[in-house]
Amino acid sequence: MYLLSIDLWFLLEKALLIGGIIGLSFFIAMYTTYAERKVAAWLQDRRGPNRAGPFGIFQPLADGGKLFFKEEIIPLASNKFLFILGPAMAMITALVASTVIPWAAPFITKGGNVIPMQVADVDMGILLVFGIVSVGVYGIMIGGWASNNKFSLMAAIRGASQMVSYELPMGMALLAVLFMTGSLKMSEIVSVQVQNGWNVIYQPLGFIIFFICALAECNRTPFDLPEAENELNFGYHQEYSSMKLGFYLFAEYINMFISAAIMATVFLGGYDIPFVNEASWGLSSFWMTFISFSVLMSKICFFLFVFLWIRWTIPRFRFDQLMDLGWKKLIPLALINMIITAAVMLWLNK
Amino acid sequence: MGITQILFWFLSIAAIFSALMVISSKNPVHSVLWLIVTFFSISGHYIVLNAQFLAIVNVIVYAGAIMVLFLFVIMLMNLNKESEPQKHKWLRIAGAVAGGCLLLVFVAALKDTDIKHQQALVNTGNIGLIKNLGKELFTTYVVPFEISSILFLSAMVGAVVIGKKE
Repeated sequence: MYLLSIDLWFLLEKALLIGGIIGLSFFIAMYTTYAERKVAAWLQDRRGPNRAGPFGIFQPLADGGKLFFKEEIIPLASNKFLFILGPAMAMITALVASTVIPWAAPFITKGGNVIPMQVADVDMGILLVFGIVSVGVYGIMIGGWASNNKFSLMAAIRGASQMVSYELPMGMALLAVLFMTGSLKMSEIVSVQVQNGWNVIYQPLGFIIFFICALAECNRTPFDLPEAENELNFGYHQEYSSMKLGFYLFAEYINMFISAAIMATVFLGGYDIPFVNEASWGLSSFWMTFISFSVLMSKICFFLFVFLWIRWTIPRFRFDQLMDLGWKKLIPLALINMIITAAVMLWLNK
Repeated sequence: MGITQILFWFLSIAAIFSALMVISSKNPVHSVLWLIVTFFSISGHYIVLNAQFLAIVNVIVYAGAIMVLFLFVIMLMNLNKESEPQKHKWLRIAGAVAGGCLLLVFVAALKDTDIKHQQALVNTGNIGLIKNLGKELFTTYVVPFEISSILFLSAMVGAVVIGKKE
């Protein structure tokens, strides 16, 4: 099937994979909102949502329906096009970052065709994620500015400076990992870990720095200053209502999901099953793909739980403390980590 | 017409159109956003040439970091039409004449530059991949590379010195 010398089967395969991943992202994000309320309730000795369906499991659907039917208000003095572009940008950048993550072991069909469970295994891999993260600031900035509200603008500028600052230690922590894997390709990073053991064992400090920066990039507590309600009313999405607000809130949960997937892939061996050599089981390719996918998902769920746990345990930082932590503590630590890794690798290789 | 050509024409039109919008938008924030679109289409060109590293670094550095700073400044300054300095009529005429002269110079300079033998490697060259690029930078071009890093360091020190001044 060729048209204009384009391989349409290839396009179809990728389109199915992209559709599946986007659906999965939405589903996980939906149930993370539910998990957030349940975990909060559990930590505060309450019951949490329990009315819609058994144990309240239809609560996210009810919330989504409510958001759709709310009255939509666009402020008169706002810049209308940019006001709509803001949440759209936030959502797009949240979804696009999932392209380079290998979701499972490659699936081999009966005919011998290898279908990688990854949208694009580009040479740049993890660097592409950084590119998308650095563009992710615009959703907040555009929305905050277009609302024509002082508090929104202040929150947007806080959010942008926070995200730009925390990208630096994040990249430096990652560099030490890349020294060890010797490749930026996500599939390569996973296969090196399958052979040599997980990166978190060799890079515990790098992992902690990366995790803290991921919290800051997702605007999660203790770094949720852009939406600090007691000083900025409601933050950058104060003027938003209806599903536009829903997009901003939802994009945060998708960001959490994707950053959990990236941390699981880079530091916890991706879809690798710990302590066993699954290649020797002799299972069919379908089951291997399925099992490896479930393993990755359980790692992701673990990270999501830690995100929620931290939110309901640690109070928010002050803005100067946040900048202090980023620039004066995490960056030097990441630099030291990088130098030690490089020195040890040089010493081992002689 | 293969997919490479379709992509090339699409990206070229997007780049030129958005670049024109940068200079013709009335609102400075719109200008910055159009400039971001321009950077993205240029990154697309790099990908078509298989210079992936350049493409991603262009996005991270220009679209992601420098343009955020532009937006910061413009949003905080709150520029609008009233505060913009009005240009004199004679200045516009002088601008048109100077631009026309530049066009003539360009035509004169470009008329002899037909493609003779070397064409850009589309989708096949691999010098833009990170391994090859890194090897080149740290062996053949190591001196200019290090000199440019000293330049960046001095710019950083300068920024800190200016920022520390009360």
